[in-house]
Amino acid sequence: MAVKVRIPTPLRQLTNGVDMIETPAGDIAQVLQHVCQKFDGMDKRLFKQPGELNRFVNIYLNDEDIRFLENLATVVKDGDDVSIVPAIAGG
Amino acid sequence: MSYVVGLRCRECGKQYPQKGVHVCEVCFGPLEVEYDYAAMKGKVTKASIEARPRNLWRYRDLLPIDGEPKSGHHSGFTPLKRAHNLERVLGVKELYIKDDSANYPTWSYKERVVSVAITKAIELGYDTVGCASTGNLANSVAAHSAVAGLKAFVMIPHDLEQGKVLGSLIFGPQMVRIQGNYDDVNRLCSEIADKYKWAIVNVNLRPFYTEGAKTFGFEVAEQLGWKLPQHTVCPTAGGTILPKIYKAYKELISLGLVAESQAKIYSAQAAGCNPVVEAIRAGRDLIKPQKPKTIAKSIAIGNPADGFYVVHAVKESGGWGEDATDAEIVDAIKLLARTEGIWTEPAGGTTLAATIKLINSGRIPRDESICVCITGNGLKTVEVVQDELAMPPSIPAKLDAFDAFISNQGHAAAGRNSGKPLAVPA
Ligand SMILES: Cc1ncc(COP(=O)(O)O)c(C=O)c1O
Ligand SMILES: [Zn+2]
Repeated sequence: MAVKVRIPTPLRQLTNGVDMIETPAGDIAQVLQHVCQKFDGMDKRLFKQPGELNRFVNIYLNDEDIRFLENLATVVKDGDDVSIVPAIAGG
Repeated sequence: MSYVVGLRCRECGKQYPQKGVHVCEVCFGPLEVEYDYAAMKGKVTKASIEARPRNLWRYRDLLPIDGEPKSGHHSGFTPLKRAHNLERVLGVKELYIKDDSANYPTWSYKERVVSVAITKAIELGYDTVGCASTGNLANSVAAHSAVAGLKAFVMIPHDLEQGKVLGSLIFGPQMVRIQGNYDDVNRLCSEIADKYKWAIVNVNLRPFYTEGAKTFGFEVAEQLGWKLPQHTVCPTAGGTILPKIYKAYKELISLGLVAESQAKIYSAQAAGCNPVVEAIRAGRDLIKPQKPKTIAKSIAIGNPADGFYVVHAVKESGGWGEDATDAEIVDAIKLLARTEGIWTEPAGGTTLAATIKLINSGRIPRDESICVCITGNGLKTVEVVQDELAMPPSIPAKLDAFDAFISNQGHAAAGRNSGKPLAVPA
C-alpha cells in the first residue's frame, strides 16, 4: 500500500496525462515534495515559496481540506488519498 | 460586435483564447475576460445603452458574448426602489433597495450570471450544462436550459429548503443531491467538469458566468441617474457578486458614464458562515475555511474561492464587512417585508441586518446614500419564518363570529406585528 495522489486536469500537461500517482506515506509536505520531484515544473504550480502553497491550490486528505487539519504538517498514512484541487467559486 | 479580447489570468497575467477553461494552467489563478476598453470609448455611451430594451442585455457591450444573446431576454433590470419607510425606521437619509427578488424567471441574482453562461455554452458548442449550487443557481440553470433546449445536470447539498429543490425539479433537469455541504458539492463538480464534457457554469464557464453579475452594478448606477451610491452592501457566498459590482462601478467610471465618487462596498455574511468578514476584521487577505452553520443556506459557502477578491474590493473601496446571527437575519426579513413590501430570503435578511449594524456602529454615515443588495426571494425559503408567524384562528363565515374575533383580538387585529415583536434598531 501507498498514498494515492490525484492530479487535476490543469496539471496533467506536466504529468503526460497521468491522473494519479503513488507516493510513500509521511506528511502532506513530504507527499507533495515527492510529486514535485517526479514532475518538472510542478513545484512552481503548487508552491508560492517553499512551505507556502499557492493561493488557489487546495489540498484534501481523504475528504478533508488540510486547512482544517494540520496544513502541510498533516500526517498521511498508507492507503490515504490526497487530492490537489484548484479553488473554484460557486453559488 | 464584441469587445472581448480573450481570457487572462488574474494572478500571473497569462493570456488564453475564449474556451471552457477557468483556471490558469501556470498558477491555478482564476481567468478573467479581457475587453478592449479603448475601442469602447465614444461607442458605449449612456445613449447607446438606454436605447436597448430594459433587460440585462442592454449592457451587452460589457459582457463576454460574441453573437446575439441566447437566454435571459427578460432577465435583469429589476427595481431599484427608494425605501422611504425603511429610511424612517433606520434614521437614514437616502436608502435604496436593489431588488433581485423580482428577477425573472426564478427570482434571484443568479439570472444574471446564468443568462451569460447559457449564451456562452451555446456559443462554445456544449449540449449539456450543469452547476454546483446552494439552490438559486440550480433553479436558474434549470429554467434557462429548459428554454434553450440544453440538457441540465444540477448538483446541490442534500439538505436544502424544499422551495429551492422543487424550484429546480419543476423545470425537469437531472438533479443530484450530494451528501455534504456546498463545499463538498463544489469539489465534486470540479472533478466532474474534468471528466465529463459538460459546461459546468460556475466551474469551467466561470470566467464568462461571473461577468454577468456586473449587470447588477450597471443597473444600480443607471437607475440612480448614472451615479454611484456612496455605500453598497452586498452578500458574500463564493465571492462572485461583490467584486463584480465593484468592477461594474469601475468600468462605468473609466468609460466616463459616471463620475468617480469613491463608492464604498461592504460584505455581509451570516455569523454562522463568515470566513470573508472574519478576514476583513482581522486585516488578512487569506481566507480560513469554515464549516457553515446557519439558516442562510444560499450563502453558506465555507470555502469561498473568490473570498480573496472580496476582501480586496472591500479594502480598496474603503468599505468593511459585517455579519448577522440567524435571529437578526429573520428580524431583518420581517422588517423589510413590513416596511417595503419585499419578501426576501435569508441572504437578503443577512444583507439588511448587516447594513443596520454598519449604520449603528457608525461605519455607514446616516446622511449618505446607501444601496442594499437584495439578491433572493423569500417564497423559496418559507421554512425560516414558519415558526415566527402564528397561524391565525379560523372562524365560521358569520358576522357575529367575526365581531367576536375582533373584540377578542383588541387592537392587535389592526396592527402589523402579530407574532414576536420586531427588534427595531437603535
Ligand atoms: C440569494 C443569493 N445571494 C447572494 C449569493 C452570493 O453569492 P456569491 O458571493 O457567490 O456571488 C448567493 C449565492 O448563491 C445567493 O443565492
Ligand atoms: Zn496564472
